[in-house]
Amino acid sequence: MSKMITTDILIIGAGPTGLFAVFEAGLLKLKCHLIDALPQPGGQCSEIYPKKPIYDIPAYPEILAGELTEKLLEQSKQFEPGFTLGERAETIEKQTDGTFIVTTNKGTQHQAPVVAIAGGLGSFEPRKPAIANIADYEDRGVAYMIKDPEIYRNKRVVIAGGGDSALDWSIFLSDVASKVTLIHRRTEFRGALDSVEKVQELKNKGKINLITPAEVTGLFGDNHIDAIEYKKTDDTPKRIETDAFIPLFGLSPKLGPIANWGLEIEKNAIKVNNALDYQTNIPGVFAIGDVNTYPGKLKLILCGFHEATLMCQAAYKIINPGKRYVLKYTTVSGIDGFDGSRKEAPKSVVKSIS
Amino acid sequence: MPTDISITVTDRNGKTHTIEAPTDMALNLMEVVRMYELAPEGTIGICGGMAMCASCQCYVLSNHQLTKKTQDEDAMLSEALNVKPNSRLGCQIQMTQEMDGLNVELAPEE
Repeated sequence: MSKMITTDILIIGAGPTGLFAVFEAGLLKLKCHLIDALPQPGGQCSEIYPKKPIYDIPAYPEILAGELTEKLLEQSKQFEPGFTLGERAETIEKQTDGTFIVTTNKGTQHQAPVVAIAGGLGSFEPRKPAIANIADYEDRGVAYMIKDPEIYRNKRVVIAGGGDSALDWSIFLSDVASKVTLIHRRTEFRGALDSVEKVQELKNKGKINLITPAEVTGLFGDNHIDAIEYKKTDDTPKRIETDAFIPLFGLSPKLGPIANWGLEIEKNAIKVNNALDYQTNIPGVFAIGDVNTYPGKLKLILCGFHEATLMCQAAYKIINPGKRYVLKYTTVSGIDGFDGSRKEAPKSVVKSIS
Repeated sequence: MPTDISITVTDRNGKTHTIEAPTDMALNLMEVVRMYELAPEGTIGICGGMAMCASCQCYVLSNHQLTKKTQDEDAMLSEALNVKPNSRLGCQIQMTQEMDGLNVELAPEE
């Protein structure tokens, strides 16, 4: 069994709301650990629209979603959040001491007195292509997201898809894998211009084997994939030998296992007490950001920030029962990081002018 | 003076609804469907209307002259499931006077 990860606030979902909660918790000297089904932090902002602008983040007339994620990570860095990425929170168990143990689909266990669900629309599940026996090859050469590209070193890889992730991973793996084949239903790709141009360049150099317009129609191999079959329109199916097949057709969010945690759910969202602290019907479990609902709820990042802040106050009271708390302004008291760093306003000079 | 238009939407359970949609609020079809809660929250309009998911895919049953698909919509529909020749993304269909009488069916949830 793996080691238990312990923390003060266990945050489920590493999107903007979860990341900002780390900062607010840090001001209260509470440590956070985040679980996210995606392999990188940022949630929707990194996964769906990293290159799209957002115009309603206070003080940012315009900021790209990916940039917002970077800024939030930077802002909370000194509070040293822990991350369990690429794993989905599966079960929650209340312990006799009042803490919770949350276990992921990969068996990683986390223990904390407070759980904050900042799960947005749910965990992002890969959209799987309709190939009859694909499930038989999952973790046997078929993967829907890439966590560790090193496992493809000197292997033959077939990637399917026409978006940014298919392009970017084809480019990246062209230096790692022994052979990269990219198959897409159309000749046009939808991605950042530089990625499209780079793939063109690698194709011209023979470093990426590009097959378009075509669709993968079959998978073969005993126990592990060893070939795929693809079909170009109006052509007979052809086979290519491969060690891996990675369909990257985007992800769609599902509330998933959280729906079975005994939480009150309404319209695919978790009901919370918005008059107070965004706690759910399970004391100690909070829901903040897009995943919650209450009268007048708006699914906006800026509302998630507010909810995260109030949740941290309630968490402080749970973790430090009976302790009084006085709100301090960062400008006045500065920020003491868990890494020993300190940020503070420069002292003003008192000096007479003669 | 802009007036409301009437559109017909068949939901994912096969139930048909005829609803009034305002034309002066810059709404798209996906937003109107959400406004009337014809599909559960969280199952439609996931990307917010950027043509970056296919959760608002619908089949256009009437012969309305729709605006041409943008490259984004075209690319998204090329990756989506359950796509038919009359598939469109609801978020890309603006509610204008010309859409009066529009008849669509929501595509199944992916």
